Amino acid sequence: MIELYILLIFMIVGAIIAVEVKDLLSSVVAVGAVGLGLSMTFLILKAPDVAITQLVVELLALIILIRATIKRDLPFSTSGRWYVNTFITGAFIFMFVLLGLICLKDLPPFGYPLMRVASTYLREGLAKTGATNLVASVILDYRAFDTLGEATILFTAVIGVLAVVRRQGRKGEDEIVDEDDD
Amino acid sequence: MSKEHQPGMSLIVRTITRLTVGLIVLYGIYIVSHGHVSPGGGFAGGVIIALSFVHLMLAYGKDLALQKLPKGVSSFFESMGAILFLSLALLGFTGGYFFLNFISKGQPFRLFSAGIIPLANIAISLKVGAGLFAIFIALVILKFESEK
Repeated sequence: MIELYILLIFMIVGAIIAVEVKDLLSSVVAVGAVGLGLSMTFLILKAPDVAITQLVVELLALIILIRATIKRDLPFSTSGRWYVNTFITGAFIFMFVLLGLICLKDLPPFGYPLMRVASTYLREGLAKTGATNLVASVILDYRAFDTLGEATILFTAVIGVLAVVRRQGRKGEDEIVDEDDD
Repeated sequence: MSKEHQPGMSLIVRTITRLTVGLIVLYGIYIVSHGHVSPGGGFAGGVIIALSFVHLMLAYGKDLALQKLPKGVSSFFESMGAILFLSLALLGFTGGYFFLNFISKGQPFRLFSAGIIPLANIAISLKVGAGLFAIFIALVILKFESEK
């Protein structure tokens, strides 16, 4: 369990560095380190499916972030209302920790979930679906509706991105429409 | 063609890319097709396949990658994956209800087992891979346009 805590501390330090550092590329690299730590955490917790997905999605997000953020001049404002901002941040962290402490008391111990249905899946999953990877049998058979919703979300996201960042905006009536849109 | 007008990265990166990009696609297909017997599945495999094309685009510039997988084709694959997944779900009505696993289960640990789960994995991988690559194309083209 000690390696889990080492990874968690590594991730927290990486996240703080990502927030605090001034250089944008260093910040993106620190975010990537946090993602890699998260992937290794999933591996230690014996969830290789989630670890693979986390790793590849992290890579893709990192590439997109680097392509999108480098050479882009983002203004960085630190002046003004420093006391108010610090006070609000401190109050928010205090409330978050306080409510978290109250909520965490009611959680079941680590590794012993409350859900009875999960043990049913573990017992009957192989016989009912025939898939030896139980994660696949849950996401594509027992809970396939959730996967359908997730696919719909991704579809909507792609349509949204393609609509927002398309090359040609809508032209006015009197302007000549350039037929260059591939 | 002189060096300055060559799009993409240096010769080392291009050579390594030429050698590895096929292996990356193969690994993605392996992850997708064995999603029901080993860790992985449609989402992760689709992202790996999309990453191979992103790799190609980063190393060789956008023209070659768009020539291998044009925007229209990736959009077609994305819609095709969605329709395939939904029609698999609707085909369950032949036996009773939505998302019924209507094909026989087969033996565990075999490649052809678990009914519709491998087919659904393939559908989701088409959808996820083509969708994420389409997002990447859109952002990269936006960047090129804004740099002009």
